[in-house]
Amino acid sequence: MSGVRVLVGTRKGAFILRADGTRKKWDVSGPFFGGWEVFHVKGSPVDPNRIFASQSTSWFGQLIQRSDDGGETWEPVGNQFTYDGVPGTHQWYDGTPHPWEFARVWHLEPSLSDPDTVLAGVEDAALFRSVDGGASWSELSGLRGHDTGSAWQPGAGGMCLHTIIVSPKDPRRIFVAISSAGAFRSDDEGTTWRPINHGLHSEGLPDEDAEVGHCVHRIALHPSNPDVLFMQKHWDVMRSDNAGDSWSEVSGDLPTDFGFAIDVHAHEPETVYVVPITSDSEHFPPEGKLRVYRSRVGGNEWEPLTKGLPQEHCYVDVLRDAMAVDSLEDCGVYFGTTGGQVYASSNSGDSWEPIVRDLPAVLSVEVQTLA
Amino acid sequence: MIRVVLPAHLKMLAKVSGEVELEVVGTASPASVIDALEERFPMLLGTIRDPLTRQRRKFVRFYACERDLSLEPIDVELPDDVTRGRSPFFVIGAMAGG
Repeated sequence: MSGVRVLVGTRKGAFILRADGTRKKWDVSGPFFGGWEVFHVKGSPVDPNRIFASQSTSWFGQLIQRSDDGGETWEPVGNQFTYDGVPGTHQWYDGTPHPWEFARVWHLEPSLSDPDTVLAGVEDAALFRSVDGGASWSELSGLRGHDTGSAWQPGAGGMCLHTIIVSPKDPRRIFVAISSAGAFRSDDEGTTWRPINHGLHSEGLPDEDAEVGHCVHRIALHPSNPDVLFMQKHWDVMRSDNAGDSWSEVSGDLPTDFGFAIDVHAHEPETVYVVPITSDSEHFPPEGKLRVYRSRVGGNEWEPLTKGLPQEHCYVDVLRDAMAVDSLEDCGVYFGTTGGQVYASSNSGDSWEPIVRDLPAVLSVEVQTLA
Repeated sequence: MIRVVLPAHLKMLAKVSGEVELEVVGTASPASVIDALEERFPMLLGTIRDPLTRQRRKFVRFYACERDLSLEPIDVELPDDVTRGRSPFFVIGAMAGG
Protein backbone atom coordinates (compact mmCIF):
# COMPACT_ATOMS: atom_id res chain seq x y z
CA MET A 1 0.00 0.00 0.00
CA SER A 2 1.25 3.48 -0.76
CA GLY A 3 2.28 5.82 2.01
CA VAL A 4 4.15 8.97 2.88
CA ARG A 5 7.10 9.81 5.06
CA VAL A 6 7.40 13.41 6.18
CA LEU A 7 10.95 14.40 7.14
CA VAL A 8 11.05 17.31 9.57
CA GLY A 9 14.12 19.29 10.60
CA THR A 10 13.82 21.43 13.73
CA ARG A 11 15.89 23.62 16.03
CA LYS A 12 16.34 20.68 18.39
CA GLY A 13 16.42 17.55 16.30
CA ALA A 14 14.75 15.70 13.43
CA PHE A 15 11.42 13.90 13.35
CA ILE A 16 9.87 11.43 10.94
CA LEU A 17 6.10 11.32 10.48
CA ARG A 18 4.69 8.28 8.70
CA ALA A 19 1.23 7.49 7.35
CA ASP A 20 -0.35 5.17 4.84
CA GLY A 21 -1.89 6.52 1.66
CA THR A 22 -5.03 7.69 3.42
CA ARG A 23 -2.90 10.11 5.48
CA LYS A 24 -5.35 9.92 8.37
CA LYS A 25 -3.30 8.27 11.10
CA TRP A 26 0.28 9.32 11.74
CA ASP A 27 3.16 7.66 13.50
CA VAL A 28 5.68 10.15 14.89
CA SER A 29 9.26 9.11 15.59
CA GLY A 30 12.12 11.19 16.97
CA PRO A 31 13.75 13.28 18.06
CA PHE A 32 16.78 12.13 16.12
CA PHE A 33 19.95 14.06 17.02
CA GLY A 34 18.10 15.69 19.94
CA GLY A 35 19.48 19.05 20.96
CA TRP A 36 21.13 19.67 17.57
CA GLU A 37 19.80 21.98 14.89
CA VAL A 38 18.68 20.00 11.87
CA PHE A 39 18.38 22.39 8.98
CA HIS A 40 17.34 19.83 6.38
CA VAL A 41 16.45 16.17 5.91
CA LYS A 42 15.89 14.76 2.44
CA GLY A 43 15.60 11.31 0.89
CA SER A 44 17.05 9.99 -2.33
CA PRO A 45 14.49 9.79 -5.15
CA VAL A 46 16.38 6.73 -6.41
CA ASP A 47 16.53 4.85 -3.12
CA PRO A 48 13.89 6.18 -0.70
CA ASN A 49 15.48 4.32 2.20
CA ARG A 50 18.57 6.49 1.82
CA ILE A 51 18.04 9.75 3.69
CA PHE A 52 20.52 12.52 4.39
CA ALA A 53 20.31 14.96 7.31
CA SER A 54 22.22 18.13 8.07
CA GLN A 55 22.96 18.29 11.80
CA SER A 56 24.80 21.20 13.41
CA THR A 57 25.29 23.45 16.38
CA SER A 58 27.32 26.60 16.83
CA TRP A 59 29.22 24.71 19.55
CA PHE A 60 30.28 21.54 17.79
CA GLY A 61 29.98 22.33 14.10
CA GLN A 62 28.53 20.42 11.19
CA LEU A 63 27.72 16.76 10.78
CA ILE A 64 26.01 14.94 7.95
CA GLN A 65 23.98 11.92 8.95
CA ARG A 66 22.87 9.19 6.57
CA SER A 67 20.25 6.52 6.98
CA ASP A 68 20.02 3.53 4.66
CA ASP A 69 16.90 2.07 6.24
CA GLY A 70 14.33 4.80 5.89
CA GLY A 71 15.33 6.68 9.00
CA GLU A 72 15.36 3.80 11.49
CA THR A 73 19.10 4.08 12.10
CA TRP A 74 21.65 6.75 11.24
CA GLU A 75 25.40 7.00 10.86
CA PRO A 76 27.50 10.15 10.56
CA VAL A 77 29.31 10.43 7.24
CA GLY A 78 31.70 13.13 6.04
CA ASN A 79 31.70 16.60 7.56
CA GLN A 80 34.68 18.23 5.90
CA PHE A 81 33.49 21.15 3.81
CA THR A 82 36.64 22.88 2.65
CA TYR A 83 36.41 25.74 0.19
CA ASP A 84 38.38 25.22 -2.98
CA GLY A 85 41.61 27.23 -3.07
CA VAL A 86 42.00 30.52 -1.24
CA PRO A 87 38.45 31.49 -0.32
CA GLY A 88 38.89 35.27 -0.51
CA THR A 89 36.21 37.63 0.73
CA HIS A 90 32.61 38.61 0.23
CA GLN A 91 30.91 41.73 1.57
CA TRP A 92 29.92 41.91 5.21
CA TYR A 93 26.68 43.57 6.36
CA ASP A 94 28.44 46.93 6.55
CA GLY A 95 29.92 46.58 3.08
CA THR A 96 33.46 45.78 4.19
CA PRO A 97 35.27 42.67 2.89
CA HIS A 98 34.76 39.58 5.04
CA PRO A 99 36.51 36.22 4.71
CA TRP A 100 34.46 33.31 3.44
CA GLU A 101 33.81 31.08 6.48
CA PHE A 102 31.93 27.79 6.54
CA ALA A 103 29.09 27.82 9.07
CA ARG A 104 26.59 25.06 8.23
CA VAL A 105 24.76 23.09 5.57
CA TRP A 106 21.34 24.58 4.84
CA HIS A 107 20.09 22.25 2.15
CA LEU A 108 20.84 18.75 0.87
CA GLU A 109 19.71 17.76 -2.61
CA PRO A 110 20.12 14.06 -3.45
CA SER A 111 20.63 13.21 -7.11
CA LEU A 112 17.67 12.25 -9.25
CA SER A 113 19.62 9.33 -10.73
CA ASP A 114 22.40 8.18 -8.38
CA PRO A 115 21.85 7.37 -4.68
CA ASP A 116 25.52 8.11 -3.90
CA THR A 117 25.46 11.64 -5.30
CA VAL A 118 24.14 14.55 -3.28
CA LEU A 119 24.58 18.32 -3.43
CA ALA A 120 24.90 20.53 -0.37
CA GLY A 121 24.18 24.24 -0.14
CA VAL A 122 26.15 25.87 2.64
CA GLU A 123 26.68 29.10 4.55
CA ASP A 124 28.84 31.07 3.64
CA ALA A 125 27.31 30.50 0.25
CA ALA A 126 28.84 27.70 -1.76
CA LEU A 127 27.79 24.48 -3.41
CA PHE A 128 29.41 21.15 -2.55
CA ARG A 129 28.95 17.71 -4.09
CA SER A 130 29.50 14.22 -2.76
CA VAL A 131 29.63 11.23 -5.09
CA ASP A 132 30.24 8.67 -2.33
CA GLY A 133 27.10 8.87 -0.28
CA GLY A 134 28.26 11.83 1.77
CA ALA A 135 31.61 10.39 2.85
CA SER A 136 33.55 13.20 1.17
CA TRP A 137 32.66 16.58 -0.26
CA SER A 138 34.19 18.81 -2.89
CA GLU A 139 33.21 22.31 -3.82
CA LEU A 140 31.75 23.23 -7.20
CA SER A 141 33.74 26.41 -6.94
CA GLY A 142 32.71 27.97 -10.23
CA LEU A 143 29.72 29.38 -8.38
CA ARG A 144 31.55 31.10 -5.54
CA GLY A 145 34.24 32.07 -8.01
CA HIS A 146 31.77 33.93 -10.18
CA ASP A 147 32.89 37.48 -11.00
CA THR A 148 30.25 38.85 -8.66
CA GLY A 149 31.17 36.63 -5.67
CA SER A 150 33.19 39.24 -3.84
CA ALA A 151 30.14 41.55 -3.90
CA TRP A 152 27.68 39.07 -2.36
CA GLN A 153 26.29 40.04 1.04
CA PRO A 154 24.55 38.02 3.75
CA GLY A 155 20.88 38.30 4.56
CA ALA A 156 19.77 38.47 8.17
CA GLY A 157 20.00 34.69 8.50
CA GLY A 158 23.52 34.52 7.11
CA MET A 159 24.86 34.20 3.58
CA CYS A 160 23.24 30.89 2.83
CA LEU A 161 22.82 28.82 -0.29
CA HIS A 162 19.37 27.47 0.53
CA THR A 163 17.77 26.33 -2.73
CA ILE A 164 19.14 23.66 -5.08
CA ILE A 165 17.09 22.30 -7.97
CA VAL A 166 18.43 19.89 -10.57
CA SER A 167 16.36 19.99 -13.72
CA PRO A 168 14.42 16.74 -14.11
CA LYS A 169 14.77 16.99 -17.88
CA ASP A 170 18.44 17.92 -18.09
CA PRO A 171 20.71 16.88 -15.21
CA ARG A 172 23.37 19.29 -16.47
CA ARG A 173 21.10 22.18 -15.52
CA ILE A 174 21.15 23.26 -11.85
CA PHE A 175 19.40 26.21 -10.24
CA VAL A 176 20.52 27.62 -6.89
CA ALA A 177 19.49 30.60 -4.80
CA ILE A 178 21.49 32.53 -2.23
CA SER A 179 20.40 35.06 0.38
CA SER A 180 21.12 37.69 -0.52
CA ALA A 181 22.98 37.30 -3.80
CA GLY A 182 20.07 36.02 -5.88
CA ALA A 183 19.45 33.12 -8.23
CA PHE A 184 22.04 31.42 -10.41
CA ARG A 185 21.94 28.75 -13.11
CA SER A 186 24.48 26.29 -14.41
CA ASP A 187 24.00 24.44 -17.69
CA ASP A 188 27.12 22.30 -17.32
CA GLU A 189 26.57 20.31 -14.10
CA GLY A 190 27.78 23.10 -11.86
CA THR A 191 31.06 24.00 -13.53
CA THR A 192 30.10 27.50 -14.66
CA TRP A 193 27.29 29.75 -13.49
CA ARG A 194 25.44 32.87 -14.41
CA PRO A 195 23.10 35.08 -12.39
CA ILE A 196 19.45 34.80 -13.43
CA ASN A 197 17.94 37.84 -11.75
CA HIS A 198 16.72 39.94 -14.66
CA GLY A 199 13.34 41.35 -13.73
CA LEU A 200 13.88 41.21 -9.96
CA HIS A 201 13.49 44.56 -8.27
CA SER A 202 14.66 45.06 -4.69
CA GLU A 203 14.35 48.24 -2.70
CA GLY A 204 17.34 48.60 -0.45
CA LEU A 205 19.88 47.96 -3.19
CA PRO A 206 21.78 50.96 -4.57
CA ASP A 207 20.74 49.70 -8.01
CA GLU A 208 17.31 48.20 -7.45
CA ASP A 209 17.58 46.12 -10.65
CA ALA A 210 21.14 44.94 -10.00
CA GLU A 211 22.52 41.75 -11.53
CA VAL A 212 23.09 40.30 -8.02
CA GLY A 213 22.18 41.26 -4.46
CA HIS A 214 18.52 40.19 -4.39
CA CYS A 215 17.28 38.32 -1.35
CA VAL A 216 15.68 35.31 -2.99
CA HIS A 217 13.96 33.19 -0.35
CA ARG A 218 13.07 30.10 -2.36
CA ILE A 219 12.47 28.77 -5.87
CA ALA A 220 10.20 25.90 -6.90
CA LEU A 221 9.29 24.21 -10.17
CA HIS A 222 7.08 21.44 -11.49
CA PRO A 223 9.03 18.45 -12.85
CA SER A 224 6.98 18.35 -16.06
CA ASN A 225 7.76 21.95 -16.88
CA PRO A 226 11.24 22.73 -15.56
CA ASP A 227 11.63 25.96 -17.50
CA VAL A 228 8.85 27.53 -15.45
CA LEU A 229 10.15 28.73 -12.09
CA PHE A 230 8.26 30.24 -9.20
CA MET A 231 10.11 32.38 -6.67
CA GLN A 232 9.30 33.78 -3.26
CA LYS A 233 11.61 36.75 -2.95
CA HIS A 234 12.06 38.75 0.25
CA TRP A 235 9.24 40.86 -1.07
CA ASP A 236 7.44 39.78 -4.29
CA VAL A 237 6.32 36.46 -5.70
CA MET A 238 7.89 36.02 -9.11
CA ARG A 239 7.59 33.74 -12.14
CA SER A 240 9.93 32.89 -14.97
CA ASP A 241 8.89 31.07 -18.15
CA ASN A 242 12.39 30.78 -19.55
CA ALA A 243 14.46 29.01 -16.88
CA GLY A 244 15.23 32.23 -15.10
CA ASP A 245 16.38 34.33 -18.05
CA SER A 246 13.74 36.85 -17.03
CA TRP A 247 11.18 37.19 -14.25
CA SER A 248 7.82 38.88 -13.84
CA GLU A 249 5.91 39.59 -10.68
CA VAL A 250 2.83 37.44 -9.94
CA SER A 251 2.05 38.64 -6.40
CA GLY A 252 -1.33 39.84 -7.69
CA ASP A 253 -3.97 39.97 -4.96
CA LEU A 254 -1.96 38.47 -2.10
CA PRO A 255 -2.48 40.30 1.21
CA THR A 256 1.30 40.72 1.43
CA ASP A 257 3.95 39.44 -0.91
CA PHE A 258 6.59 38.91 1.76
CA GLY A 259 7.17 35.29 2.72
CA PHE A 260 9.60 32.41 2.65
CA ALA A 261 8.00 29.16 1.43
CA ILE A 262 6.70 28.41 -2.05
CA ASP A 263 5.84 25.13 -3.73
CA VAL A 264 4.02 23.66 -6.73
CA HIS A 265 1.23 21.07 -6.80
CA ALA A 266 2.44 17.59 -7.72
CA HIS A 267 0.07 17.16 -10.67
CA GLU A 268 -0.94 20.69 -11.67
CA PRO A 269 2.06 22.69 -12.93
CA GLU A 270 0.20 25.99 -12.65
CA THR A 271 -1.01 25.46 -9.08
CA VAL A 272 1.29 27.25 -6.66
CA TYR A 273 1.27 27.65 -2.88
CA VAL A 274 2.71 30.43 -0.72
CA VAL A 275 2.31 31.46 2.92
CA PRO A 276 2.19 35.26 3.12
CA ILE A 277 4.03 36.75 6.07
CA THR A 278 3.33 40.30 7.22
CA SER A 279 6.69 41.93 6.59
CA ASP A 280 10.43 41.60 6.94
CA SER A 281 10.21 42.90 10.49
CA GLU A 282 6.96 41.18 11.44
CA HIS A 283 7.64 37.52 10.76
CA PHE A 284 4.08 36.33 11.39
CA PRO A 285 0.93 36.01 9.31
CA PRO A 286 -1.16 39.12 8.61
CA GLU A 287 -3.94 39.71 11.16
CA GLY A 288 -2.82 36.68 13.18
CA LYS A 289 -4.49 34.38 10.63
CA LEU A 290 -2.45 31.48 9.27
CA ARG A 291 -3.42 31.24 5.61
CA VAL A 292 -1.89 29.32 2.76
CA TYR A 293 -2.62 31.01 -0.56
CA ARG A 294 -3.12 28.95 -3.69
CA SER A 295 -3.07 30.09 -7.27
CA ARG A 296 -4.50 27.70 -9.85
CA VAL A 297 -3.33 29.85 -12.74
CA GLY A 298 0.38 30.25 -12.09
CA GLY A 299 0.13 33.39 -10.01
CA ASN A 300 -1.58 36.79 -9.81
CA GLU A 301 -4.94 35.33 -8.74
CA TRP A 302 -4.73 33.80 -5.27
CA GLU A 303 -7.27 32.21 -2.93
CA PRO A 304 -6.82 31.85 0.84
CA LEU A 305 -6.90 28.31 2.22
CA THR A 306 -7.96 28.49 5.85
CA LYS A 307 -10.01 25.44 6.74
CA GLY A 308 -8.34 23.78 9.72
CA LEU A 309 -5.73 26.51 10.18
CA PRO A 310 -5.81 28.93 13.15
CA GLN A 311 -7.59 32.14 12.19
CA GLU A 312 -6.88 34.18 15.28
CA HIS A 313 -3.92 34.90 17.53
CA CYS A 314 -1.48 33.01 15.34
CA TYR A 315 1.99 34.53 15.18
CA VAL A 316 4.21 31.78 13.83
CA ASP A 317 6.44 31.87 10.76
CA VAL A 318 6.83 29.34 7.96
CA LEU A 319 10.44 29.15 6.87
CA ARG A 320 11.74 28.72 3.35
CA ASP A 321 12.35 24.97 3.32
CA ALA A 322 9.33 24.15 5.47
CA MET A 323 6.76 23.34 2.76
CA ALA A 324 6.52 20.25 0.55
CA VAL A 325 4.04 18.21 -1.47
CA ASP A 326 3.52 14.49 -1.92
CA SER A 327 2.66 12.91 -5.24
CA LEU A 328 -0.29 10.74 -4.25
CA GLU A 329 -3.31 10.94 -6.55
CA ASP A 330 -4.91 13.64 -4.42
CA CYS A 331 -1.89 15.81 -3.82
CA GLY A 332 -0.85 16.24 -0.20
CA VAL A 333 0.57 19.57 0.94
CA TYR A 334 2.59 19.94 4.14
CA PHE A 335 4.18 22.79 6.02
CA GLY A 336 5.82 23.34 9.39
CA THR A 337 5.89 26.42 11.59
CA THR A 338 8.26 28.07 14.00
CA GLY A 339 5.64 27.23 16.65
CA GLY A 340 6.31 23.53 16.14
CA GLN A 341 3.19 22.56 14.23
CA VAL A 342 3.28 20.45 11.08
CA TYR A 343 0.08 20.85 9.09
CA ALA A 344 -1.02 18.46 6.37
CA SER A 345 -3.66 18.66 3.69
CA SER A 346 -4.63 15.53 1.80
CA ASN A 347 -6.77 17.44 -0.69
CA SER A 348 -4.49 19.94 -2.38
CA GLY A 349 -4.91 22.48 0.40
CA ASP A 350 -8.72 22.60 0.65
CA SER A 351 -8.53 21.62 4.32
CA TRP A 352 -5.76 21.11 6.86
CA GLU A 353 -5.05 19.15 10.00
CA PRO A 354 -2.05 19.27 12.31
CA ILE A 355 -0.01 16.07 12.31
CA VAL A 356 1.87 17.31 15.38
CA ARG A 357 1.46 20.52 17.35
CA ASP A 358 4.38 20.85 19.71
CA LEU A 359 7.68 20.13 18.03
CA PRO A 360 10.62 22.53 18.36
CA ALA A 361 10.62 25.31 15.78
CA VAL A 362 10.40 23.68 12.36
CA LEU A 363 13.21 24.53 9.94
CA SER A 364 12.39 22.19 7.07
CA VAL A 365 9.78 19.77 5.78
CA GLU A 366 10.28 17.24 3.00
CA VAL A 367 7.97 14.46 1.89
CA GLN A 368 8.68 11.05 0.44
CA THR A 369 5.86 9.34 -1.43
CA LEU A 370 6.35 5.61 -0.97
CA ALA A 371 5.11 2.89 -3.29
CA MET B 1 44.73 5.90 31.22
CA ILE B 2 43.02 9.27 30.80
CA ARG B 3 39.45 9.84 31.87
CA VAL B 4 37.51 12.23 29.63
CA VAL B 5 34.14 13.83 30.34
CA LEU B 6 32.27 14.88 27.21
CA PRO B 7 29.36 17.31 26.96
CA ALA B 8 25.90 15.85 26.42
CA HIS B 9 25.77 16.61 22.68
CA LEU B 10 28.98 14.70 22.06
CA LYS B 11 28.08 11.80 24.32
CA MET B 12 24.96 11.37 22.24
CA LEU B 13 26.95 11.52 19.04
CA ALA B 14 29.57 9.05 20.27
CA LYS B 15 26.84 6.84 21.78
CA VAL B 16 28.50 6.74 25.20
CA SER B 17 27.31 7.47 28.69
CA GLY B 18 29.49 8.49 31.59
CA GLU B 19 33.22 9.02 31.25
CA VAL B 20 35.38 7.80 28.39
CA GLU B 21 38.67 6.12 29.24
CA LEU B 22 41.52 6.49 26.77
CA GLU B 23 45.09 5.27 26.44
CA VAL B 24 47.26 8.11 25.17
CA VAL B 25 50.62 7.44 23.59
CA GLY B 26 53.42 9.81 24.62
CA THR B 27 52.82 13.08 26.43
CA ALA B 28 49.23 13.53 27.49
CA SER B 29 48.10 16.96 26.35
CA PRO B 30 44.75 18.33 25.22
CA ALA B 31 45.90 17.73 21.64
CA SER B 32 46.94 14.11 22.16
CA VAL B 33 43.83 13.35 24.20
CA ILE B 34 41.60 14.73 21.44
CA ASP B 35 43.64 12.78 18.88
CA ALA B 36 42.99 9.57 20.82
CA LEU B 37 39.35 10.49 21.29
CA GLU B 38 38.84 11.08 17.56
CA GLU B 39 40.63 7.85 16.69
CA ARG B 40 38.30 5.86 18.92
CA PHE B 41 35.20 7.86 18.01
CA PRO B 42 35.61 9.04 14.41
CA MET B 43 32.19 10.67 14.51
CA LEU B 44 33.69 13.31 16.80
CA LEU B 45 36.10 14.50 14.12
CA GLY B 46 35.60 18.21 13.65
CA THR B 47 33.30 18.67 16.63
CA ILE B 48 35.89 19.73 19.24
CA ARG B 49 38.52 21.16 16.91
CA ASP B 50 37.85 22.89 13.64
CA PRO B 51 38.58 20.26 10.96
CA LEU B 52 40.59 22.68 8.88
CA THR B 53 42.61 24.67 11.41
CA ARG B 54 42.71 21.94 14.11
CA GLN B 55 42.13 24.71 16.64
CA ARG B 56 39.67 24.41 19.53
CA ARG B 57 36.20 25.54 18.53
CA LYS B 58 35.36 28.90 20.04
CA PHE B 59 32.42 27.60 22.13
CA VAL B 60 34.42 24.64 23.50
CA ARG B 61 36.59 24.79 26.62
CA PHE B 62 39.04 22.36 28.25
CA TYR B 63 39.06 22.05 32.04
CA ALA B 64 41.08 19.86 34.39
CA CYS B 65 41.79 19.90 38.13
CA GLU B 66 39.65 23.01 38.61
CA ARG B 67 41.68 24.92 36.01
CA ASP B 68 40.66 26.29 32.63
CA LEU B 69 43.27 25.01 30.17
CA SER B 70 41.52 26.41 27.12
CA LEU B 71 43.95 29.21 26.48
CA GLU B 72 47.06 27.18 27.26
CA PRO B 73 49.03 25.79 24.31
CA ILE B 74 47.08 22.78 23.05
CA ASP B 75 50.13 20.54 23.39
CA VAL B 76 50.87 21.49 27.01
CA GLU B 77 51.23 18.48 29.31
CA LEU B 78 48.13 17.76 31.38
CA PRO B 79 48.30 17.84 35.21
CA ASP B 80 49.66 14.77 36.93
CA ASP B 81 46.28 13.93 38.45
CA VAL B 82 44.83 13.68 34.95
CA THR B 83 47.63 11.60 33.47
CA ARG B 84 47.37 9.20 36.41
CA GLY B 85 43.63 8.87 36.01
CA ARG B 86 42.81 10.41 39.38
CA SER B 87 40.96 13.34 37.87
CA PRO B 88 39.15 13.66 34.52
CA PHE B 89 39.83 15.95 31.59
CA PHE B 90 36.66 17.90 30.79
CA VAL B 91 35.51 18.97 27.31
CA ILE B 92 32.94 21.65 27.98
CA GLY B 93 30.43 23.34 25.72
CA ALA B 94 29.92 27.00 26.55
CA MET B 95 26.86 27.55 28.69
CA ALA B 96 23.69 28.21 26.72
CA GLY B 97 20.39 29.39 28.00
CA GLY B 98 18.16 32.37 28.19
